[in-house]
Amino acid sequence: MAKARINKEKYGLLFIAPFFITFLIFQLYPMIYSFYVSFLKWDGMSKKVKFVGISNYARLFSDDIFIKTIANTWIMWLGGVIPQMILALTLAVVLNEARLKGKDMFRAIYFFPNLVTATSIGILFAFLFDWQAGSVNKILINIHLIKEPINFLMSENYSRGIVSLTSFWMWFGYSMIIFMAGIKNIPEELYEAATVDGASKSQAFFSITIPLLRPTILFSFITSLIGGMQSFDIPYALSKGAGDPNNATMTMVMYLYRTAFVNNNYGYGAAVGYALFLIILVFAIISFKFINRNADYE
Amino acid sequence: MKSNIVLKADENLTDIKPINNNTRVTKPISSIINKTLLYLALIALAILCFLPFFIMLINATHTNGEIATTLSLTPGTALMVNYNRLLESQPIWRGLFNSLVIASSVTLVSGYASALTAYGFSKFKFKGNSILFWILLGTMMIPTQLGMIGLFQLVKSFNLLDSYLPLIIPAIASPASVFFIKGYTDGAISESLIEAARIDGCNEFKIFNRIVFPLIFPSVATMSIFTFINTWNNFLIPLILLFDPKKFTLPIMVMLARGTYQTEYGAVFAGVAISIIPIMIAFIFLSKKIVGGLTVGGVKG
Repeated sequence: MAKARINKEKYGLLFIAPFFITFLIFQLYPMIYSFYVSFLKWDGMSKKVKFVGISNYARLFSDDIFIKTIANTWIMWLGGVIPQMILALTLAVVLNEARLKGKDMFRAIYFFPNLVTATSIGILFAFLFDWQAGSVNKILINIHLIKEPINFLMSENYSRGIVSLTSFWMWFGYSMIIFMAGIKNIPEELYEAATVDGASKSQAFFSITIPLLRPTILFSFITSLIGGMQSFDIPYALSKGAGDPNNATMTMVMYLYRTAFVNNNYGYGAAVGYALFLIILVFAIISFKFINRNADYE
Repeated sequence: MKSNIVLKADENLTDIKPINNNTRVTKPISSIINKTLLYLALIALAILCFLPFFIMLINATHTNGEIATTLSLTPGTALMVNYNRLLESQPIWRGLFNSLVIASSVTLVSGYASALTAYGFSKFKFKGNSILFWILLGTMMIPTQLGMIGLFQLVKSFNLLDSYLPLIIPAIASPASVFFIKGYTDGAISESLIEAARIDGCNEFKIFNRIVFPLIFPSVATMSIFTFINTWNNFLIPLILLFDPKKFTLPIMVMLARGTYQTEYGAVFAGVAISIIPIMIAFIFLSKKIVGGLTVGGVKG
């Protein structure tokens, strides 16, 4: 009996084997291969492969476009995530506190944009902000805010702003739902005790809700960071893949895609990929440490 | 592709108790005003969420001239013209069919394989169980783009470019699904049930297929909705692995339609609408399950 039992436990390895075999073939091997390619000069097709050492990585530092894509990615991510977190937190508190009819419906409507194909949303927003045919310009002219249509997509700052706005619009409902779940886990006695002690609602918010929600906020922030650094679909759709105007909406992943798969410079593309990974890793660790350290002081 | 989120398990959110509702009883009028303002703000926000889709639907029925010159709020008559113009550029229904094939296959493969993996981790105490599970969770942090160049070369060396297999098979390793389903399996399947089946002479795979899988199916179903939508929306990986225009997925075709038709606004709006309407319909029926699923296991791919 005891022997049979041991054998049975080993069946578990058989059950989990497909996962790990697939992971090794389709994720780990491609990653290692990409790392190897990052030391080569190679067009991805011909037999002409030249080992160039770290020169692909060295080139990153003097590549103005690459440096600009880092800045673009950060600007567009921050422009979206800051208002997204603030609005999501406000809505989560409001919807959790107030006795409202249709709470579920609001929650569903706010969340819906998150499910829609990002490329379709990108195209849709590009059309909404179109210089000639865009509804936004028409609305602004109709309410006499502007006289001439603004050519949003030809301006570096407006284009970046539209990418931020689009991802803000797609993600605030999602963050809101995550925050609502987090707030629900805060024991109600804390609020009751605070009310007895004469704390106002805003005091309760800043000294109970925010500190206790810190893990949830941190978590949302880091996931958003990881997703934001990998931004591709929305800016690609908005700028028809070109990163226009003047590379202002070109993200790191768009640059990786263009370098490797459009210009067939696989070695340098792979180096861009690893630089991207390093940036994500470093900032995920920093933001984790930073928020944790602040927590210790309280 | 956005990465995955893990939160605490939680019951559904519908029965939230209002906090501090007794402090407002003393000021009924200001409370009514506050509530009205709150409603107005919430409704305005809801309108902003829906407005782009509304404009999309309206503009899909207008001629390019109308779209370029006027701000229409009512449907026009050019829907079929736009639609036919779209079909000249892209076989959009073919794209929809392709996306449907890929998304359904990925959902089935990922659902079954994740249940298998989850059960393996949940009910078998083999050596290295917890370390391997940590590794599995760690794989969620790796950006897809990192291995993109290697993946392309791998698929090319297998002669599988333009095939759907490299889009489907990697779904066997879906760590977020495994995590979600394992949480459910831990609670839903008792050791004694498995022991009883063993005594009755079932082999291990029969136990999984006949007894365990049906019992953990609710969690597989919830996860499947997310897997399906994420695959449906996936753009980058199909873009690099597919070259035959007949095999393109819907997002690629919509993008190409826009590339071909710089000023054919109506046709592109029609294409965008075709890609979004199925998700809208699905959401109307599944919104409770989707929103609930986000926080129950808190997973979103």
